[in-house]
Amino acid sequence: MTDTSAAPAPAKARNDGVARMLYRFRQSRLSMVGAALVALVLFFAAFGPMLAPYPGHVAGGVETASRFQPPSVAHPFGTNELGQDVLSLTMAGTTVSVLAGFGVVLIGALIGTVVGAVAGYVGGWTDEALMRFTDLTLTIPGLILAMAIAAALGPGFQNMVLAISLSWWPGYARLVRGEVLAAREEVYVTAARATGAGPGRILFRHVLPNCVSPIIVKMSLDMGFAILTVAGLGFIGIGVRPPTPEWGTLLSNARSYMPDYWWTAMAPGMAMFVAVFGFNLLGDGLRDILDPKGRR
Amino acid sequence: MIRFILRRLLLLIPVIIGLTMIMFAIARLLPGDPVGLAAGPNATAAERAALATEFGLDRPVWEQYATYVGGLAHGDFGTSLLTRRPVGADLAAYLPATLELVFAAMFIAVALGIPLGLITALWRNRWPDYVSQVLAIGAISMPRFFLGLLLQLCFAMWLMWLPLGGRLPIIVFPPEPITGFITLDALLTGDWQVFTTALRHLIMPAVALSLSPLATIMRMMRASTIEVMGQDYVMTARALGLPRHKILGRVIARNAVSATLTVIGLYFGWLLGGTVLVETVFDWPGLGLYATKAILSQDMMPVIGVALVIGLIFVLANLVIDLAYGLINPKVRYA
Repeated sequence: MTDTSAAPAPAKARNDGVARMLYRFRQSRLSMVGAALVALVLFFAAFGPMLAPYPGHVAGGVETASRFQPPSVAHPFGTNELGQDVLSLTMAGTTVSVLAGFGVVLIGALIGTVVGAVAGYVGGWTDEALMRFTDLTLTIPGLILAMAIAAALGPGFQNMVLAISLSWWPGYARLVRGEVLAAREEVYVTAARATGAGPGRILFRHVLPNCVSPIIVKMSLDMGFAILTVAGLGFIGIGVRPPTPEWGTLLSNARSYMPDYWWTAMAPGMAMFVAVFGFNLLGDGLRDILDPKGRR
Repeated sequence: MIRFILRRLLLLIPVIIGLTMIMFAIARLLPGDPVGLAAGPNATAAERAALATEFGLDRPVWEQYATYVGGLAHGDFGTSLLTRRPVGADLAAYLPATLELVFAAMFIAVALGIPLGLITALWRNRWPDYVSQVLAIGAISMPRFFLGLLLQLCFAMWLMWLPLGGRLPIIVFPPEPITGFITLDALLTGDWQVFTTALRHLIMPAVALSLSPLATIMRMMRASTIEVMGQDYVMTARALGLPRHKILGRVIARNAVSATLTVIGLYFGWLLGGTVLVETVFDWPGLGLYATKAILSQDMMPVIGVALVIGLIFVLANLVIDLAYGLINPKVRYA
């Protein structure tokens, strides 16, 4: 009898930890607002193109008879220079922005984690060389670097994501290197080595899993900025080509018709703000529960 | 201290070499077609080949790189493929505009961010603190180019209080360049009319650029103030019976500012590259607009030049911040 009650204890303790985290997360009203906004954004990213009231406009359809209609019940955010419903374009644009943002953060974190983990674990001149390269990349302004790579690679969704990712990884490399340096000295690493584990196994099975939470926190904090960068490239005219709707491109278009047809800018601009705001609030909340050290 | 500065300045050399290598790799190894873009769609193969030969683009990459670095040693930043103007002269013309914008934005951010951070720290965990936290995250989340458009719409197009963009109207002669900052030069030459005109052009882009550093500096200042307030020396000062404003000004603020300085230094370098979108919205003739135009036509020499200049200023800004620590906090020693 006593044996059976003792066995599930560790699992219960872990559940308690998760429950406590959830509780703390729910206590923070701002994090909940952030989570709700992010859920909304993800919902539109998945279903936006289908839910758009004028799917024909999303596919590139033009209705020149109804150009530049001011906001009305039929078109809550008006129509643009081609007579397309701005709300539909903005809803459909969520997909590109969120996917690109995810792609950038994911690839950036992946490259950065590998670089930082190798630098921190191997040490010596490998560390020196990798970190000097990281520092150098950090001195080049991210947006200019991403723009230069994107322009050289040519237009397109994948090229844009790749270009931004290549300017995005240095922050992760520095973060992971620091974490690995600290974790390397832990007792469980010595224990793993004593049982005969090789460096690759120690690094990827023992050290890195213990560095995951700061990486996740940084990824969630970076999501908003990645979306902003994607939109920034679109605004300048690099990246996804029309007719694929994208927030930055929509805003850049609206800019040419500015004082008279101001409403064409409102929906994409506000969508950008709401999405980035949501991810930033959520990231802040996640940092508070997962990485108490980083709390400010 | 002089040795410290010299050693840090020597570090610039590997930075220059590394930066040029990275930018060269992007410019020459990725599949772009700068010659085709510069020569135009109707150019014959012979014309393209002539253009490539003229700019040495038919040589091996390492040879092009060696030529470029050799030129750099003499202050030659290469020639633009598109405009055929020397890049060095262009950089000299556009850099002051960007610096003026960044300094103005930083001035707004520091002048408002530090007192606001102090105030929110004193009101910690009460409603002004919460409101300021939401506003700060909102300010960081606001796309600068959208904010710029909204400002233009509101103050330039509807209210018509401020000019839409640019640095000065074409009909106004800029003052004799002393610092390269039009506002400062106009002040130094005593030209009030040009000063107010230039200032009116500067306000909107500077505000659009200042929002996210303002929020970050404010939060940073709040955090370090809270940390300093818990220190023993603050309690000592209070026990000694120092008046409240003296404790706040001399003890707390001074110690809290020195922790905030690092953020200011990092932001300065970051803003130099972050002006791209604001310069695009406001047609501000700075490095960002220059780099954007060059990038869109894959004219890489100006891009390499811009990256180099910004990278160097970034390193120098960090050096200045390290030196400023010593001025604010004598405990800091240069090793």
